[in-house]
Amino acid sequence: MFYIILLFDPKILIPINVFLKHQMQKIGIPVFPGSNCDRDIYHVLTHLYNIKTDFIWHKKENIKNYNAIIIPGGFSFGDRLRAGIIAAHSPIIKEVKRLANDGVPVLGICNGFQILVESELLPGSLIKNNCLNFICKWTDLKVRNTNTPFTSKFKKNELFKIPIANGEGRFILNEDQLKEIKKKNQIVFSYHQDDPNGSIDSIAGVSNDARNIVGMMPHPERTCQPELKLFGLNNSAMKIFDSLIAYIKKISS
Amino acid sequence: MYLSNYTNQAILLKNKEFNVIVTIENKSFINDPEGETIYHDLILKNKYNNIKSVRTAKVLKLIVNAKNPIQATLSVKKMCEDLRIFNPIVSDCQVNIISDE
Repeated sequence: MFYIILLFDPKILIPINVFLKHQMQKIGIPVFPGSNCDRDIYHVLTHLYNIKTDFIWHKKENIKNYNAIIIPGGFSFGDRLRAGIIAAHSPIIKEVKRLANDGVPVLGICNGFQILVESELLPGSLIKNNCLNFICKWTDLKVRNTNTPFTSKFKKNELFKIPIANGEGRFILNEDQLKEIKKKNQIVFSYHQDDPNGSIDSIAGVSNDARNIVGMMPHPERTCQPELKLFGLNNSAMKIFDSLIAYIKKISS
Repeated sequence: MYLSNYTNQAILLKNKEFNVIVTIENKSFINDPEGETIYHDLILKNKYNNIKSVRTAKVLKLIVNAKNPIQATLSVKKMCEDLRIFNPIVSDCQVNIISDE
């Protein structure tokens, strides 16, 4: 008898409701042969943000109930032919295209950015760095568009430190396309006072026209714990995940 | 079973095999640091002054079954465009047939 009263007590029901809603939010991480940043993103989302996160193998054909998709970095299919091109033809990317059309936020980090570009979800192309080497270092990034699900917590033109690790991160567009993305304000991040890859206009991250798909070359998941941060420098790269989680909570509530 | 095998072989006999070369090169508005290094640090330093420029490219060699050379090139061109073997924003793609003789 006591338990029945307890179950109908609104004071207890509300926290259960909130708990269920919190658990309902789910983020998917597509995994390809050669992805290597999938576990880092999983760790950040589950252990730091307490969000349910699934790995999705690249052959999976029907995915549903995901509030966001984060395509991880790495070397999908060994970067054969061109970074990201073979992954761009995989079944999971067809599903990602379908979800993105419905307005689900999609973030591509590093190789994920290359996959999004090769699958024509984002404009442009990513080719070999100007120095021909794999670059792994800390850079300054500038936020140029705060009107996306991944940058809403930033201030306009905010600077922050973030590590990059890429061999093919030189973002290239022809002049007409560059004018178009500038006009539509699709440049989300750019390198500040440095252009490690030789990208046109120092571009480090772009979005699509609808602003729900963002690709970026630097790795925000690698700066989320104090042990990983550079000493004495501001590290607001975590605001990317803060923004995303605030966005999906707002949408699903 | 036997019949289908026979017809398959007949088609294969009727068609010829062609060696097709696909060359993927970056467009001219993109600089090519690898080619520049080969040119300045290897070719010019060794005084091969008659060479004027170097550009690197990627080559795929295909063996294609087709009725004639035109059909072979057309089918390879279509395949390259459908599968984005080359990225049309940054690269150009040339399809050539090399004769057996």
